[in-house]
Amino acid sequence: METQALISLLGEGTVQTLIMTLVGTLVSYLIGLPVGVSLIVTGPNGIKPAAVYNKIMGFIVNVIRSMPFLILMIAFMPYIRKIIGTGIGTWATTAALILAAWPFVARMVEQSLMEVDPGVVEAAQAMGASNMQIIRKVLLLEARPSLLNGAAVATITILGYSAMAGILGGGGLGDIAIRFGHYRFQPDVMWITIIVLVILVQIMQEIGVRLAAKLDNRIN
Amino acid sequence: MAEHIISLQGVTKEFDTKGGKVVALKDINLDIEEGDSYGIIGLSGAGKSTLVRTINLLEQPTEGKVLFNGNALTGLKGKDLNIHRRKISMIFQQFNLLMQRDAIGNIMFPLEIAGVPKPDALKKAKELLKVVDLEERAHSYPSQLSGGQKQRVAIARALASDPEVILCDEATSALDPKTTRSILSLLKRINEERGITLVVITHEMEVIKQLCNKVAVIENGEIVERGEVQQIFKKPKTKAARRLFFPDGDSREKPLTKTSTRNRVRLVFDEATAGEPIISNMIMELGAPVNFLYANLDVLGGAQKGQMVICLAADKETADKQKEYLAAKGVEFEEIESDDSFGEEVSD
Repeated sequence: METQALISLLGEGTVQTLIMTLVGTLVSYLIGLPVGVSLIVTGPNGIKPAAVYNKIMGFIVNVIRSMPFLILMIAFMPYIRKIIGTGIGTWATTAALILAAWPFVARMVEQSLMEVDPGVVEAAQAMGASNMQIIRKVLLLEARPSLLNGAAVATITILGYSAMAGILGGGGLGDIAIRFGHYRFQPDVMWITIIVLVILVQIMQEIGVRLAAKLDNRIN
Repeated sequence: MAEHIISLQGVTKEFDTKGGKVVALKDINLDIEEGDSYGIIGLSGAGKSTLVRTINLLEQPTEGKVLFNGNALTGLKGKDLNIHRRKISMIFQQFNLLMQRDAIGNIMFPLEIAGVPKPDALKKAKELLKVVDLEERAHSYPSQLSGGQKQRVAIARALASDPEVILCDEATSALDPKTTRSILSLLKRINEERGITLVVITHEMEVIKQLCNKVAVIENGEIVERGEVQQIFKKPKTKAARRLFFPDGDSREKPLTKTSTRNRVRLVFDEATAGEPIISNMIMELGAPVNFLYANLDVLGGAQKGQMVICLAADKETADKQKEYLAAKGVEFEEIESDDSFGEEVSD
């Protein structure tokens, strides 16, 4: 393939991958963060235990998390097509990513919030803080470094999913690797997309770790 | 009603555990008056932490009422409860500071919760840092502070909401003896100068002696003895109280018990009786010797108290005379039964 064409192809693929990953992660957090918080709050040791809600939500999260991403995407393809009008390309893949990733995000958030010292929550309760104040000012702030590290892991996982979606014509770098690298026997294209993916993952990991460390007041 | 700032009425707390129901508190009745520094002492697992947590409803009692200034807190929820909680601060063994906020941010936290405007909160937090003697650490994070400094920040945080009561849950148990003394004297100052009522949970008699005017001894979820610290020190009625007040009594006596188990008495000298050589005079006047088993000097809420365990004469007649003599001289004493092994090991 001509270098010029390859570069523009890769450029386009990278942009598509970034859109899918970032939009997918953002929307997954819009759903997963409140759900993760609610799982902690309504848990048996939470500030407002609600066993029924906790069990049902935990079950939904577990069911979706146990479906492999590709299977889930194929299974939901007809519905995605109905809702957004297409079953392939960047936006269809983004929708599938959100569907698969929000439960994962919810569990990551739950895990981070579990690390908050229950004694600090108790102290806030003793001060007369409302549950909303405890969530905003204690749980989320105390867990901030862990939440940011979790966000880096979630973003990288979603990037990986988006590349997998390439096999179903999902757009982005994964799509290029499959179409050119695999079907057209162009191993050079395959390896270049892999290198670009590795670089993207490195950048995301670095941003997450540095941000988490910078915003952590426990060690300095 | 108003004289009792805190009143527990028939408070019972049960926990459901895998092994069945556990009764942590049994029908606790306790009145705390404004300005008291009320100690609650007991061994680990006696229920004292559960007891203090029922006061601000961190633990909901299974039965009974908790009154604060005559108003029932039990039954209140949400906002109504939170408004009262702002007047009952709490400090903890593990300090429980927000790790992501600096010292001044931690002190401002209760004010923020109460909706105090930021400039006012900041001003107040700065003043309180001065009170706890930590002005230069305003912008240090908890991870950069020592245990004693963290507890000082926690105390300043507890003061921020202008509380009427501060609950201290083993507040010095994680600190070394020297830091413990300085924290206790800070708390005593707060109690005396600001008139803030303290409820002090501890397993250490030293804390009670230094800080409290009243004490309740709790054992197996029940208050077995209560009263003025001075009174209980002079005449503990129960084994539990004796064990807590004189934990080392036994170990010091053990080598002697074989030869002198009979007619043991524990004497308490205060400032009025300490000036006179009463025992020497008694020996000379009655012509009968006594055996000294143990002696100690304590400071109780600022007043010195000497205590001594002696073995009186072996024959009953002389022993009775000796007791009469002591009573006449105004020395407080109590007989110690020979089978009373006072002082099993006080755990942690």
